[in-house]
Amino acid sequence: MQLTYILILAALLFCIGIYGLVTSRNAVRVLMSIELLLNAVNLNLIGFANYLDGQQIKGQVFAIFVITVAAAEAAVGLAIILAIYRNRDTVDMEKFNLLKW
Amino acid sequence: MDLATLTQTITFFALSGAVIVAALGVVLLSNVVYSAFLLAGVFISISGLYILMNADFVSAAQILIYVGAVNVLILFAIMLVNKREEYTPVAGRWLRQGGAAVVALGVFALLTKTILQTPWQISDLPPTSDSITTIGQHFFSDFLLPFELASVLLLMALIGAVVLARRELVLEPEPIFGEEVVPPLELPERPREPVVLSEK
Repeated sequence: MQLTYILILAALLFCIGIYGLVTSRNAVRVLMSIELLLNAVNLNLIGFANYLDGQQIKGQVFAIFVITVAAAEAAVGLAIILAIYRNRDTVDMEKFNLLKW
Repeated sequence: MDLATLTQTITFFALSGAVIVAALGVVLLSNVVYSAFLLAGVFISISGLYILMNADFVSAAQILIYVGAVNVLILFAIMLVNKREEYTPVAGRWLRQGGAAVVALGVFALLTKTILQTPWQISDLPPTSDSITTIGQHFFSDFLLPFELASVLLLMALIGAVVLARRELVLEPEPIFGEEVVPPLELPERPREPVVLSEK
């Protein structure tokens, strides 16, 4: 059955995104990992909309909302990274300890 | 297995392989520019998977928004913060990476077990033929409030990104009229100097 394949693929993509989110030191790569996470969720939503709810595809509506929020998140996140880079002159996540003791 | 199912299966596995390989490249490659281009590969492959699942409008929106807007934005950010810096080694970093890998694999195993155990109630009805009309009807009837809120959210993100990314103005005391004429059409900016890092 193909729905399980889709869901397993989305789970794998989600786990790759979590690994990149935790381990990467470049702040831009952290944002890319967040995009991977959101895409995994979208894949789940589209899969459910196709296989479980083929008549009124509400999953696709939710996926479009997720895409909207992802675009807003990317814009604001990259602006924050630019501001931090201007202040600290680095994009290393290990040095962003402004709010940490 | 007829020809259509065979084509669907082959396409699905090819796109899945492309998604996984490109996502691993995004996470694991050391050059962040390669990561950004591989991220475009992930987005395009996922858009192909959407087409495979009868979601034509979302597929087009995925290419337009993710590849056209988000990925270009990320590339611009990489160009703006393009600094080849050698990361200082952190003690016990391999332990953290190993821990993250173990946690990610554990989450994947858990999710896979859940997915395989759950009895999914696959609908027997054929999927709708005009998905765009259905999505539009949803947007303007039962999802009207989130739709309008999404536009407000985009406006907030627009203004917030501009406010965050511009340099701060230097607020100087007002010069006495006639003594010093500030030339027009000039944005006075705070001089670029990094905050002094307090070394422990």
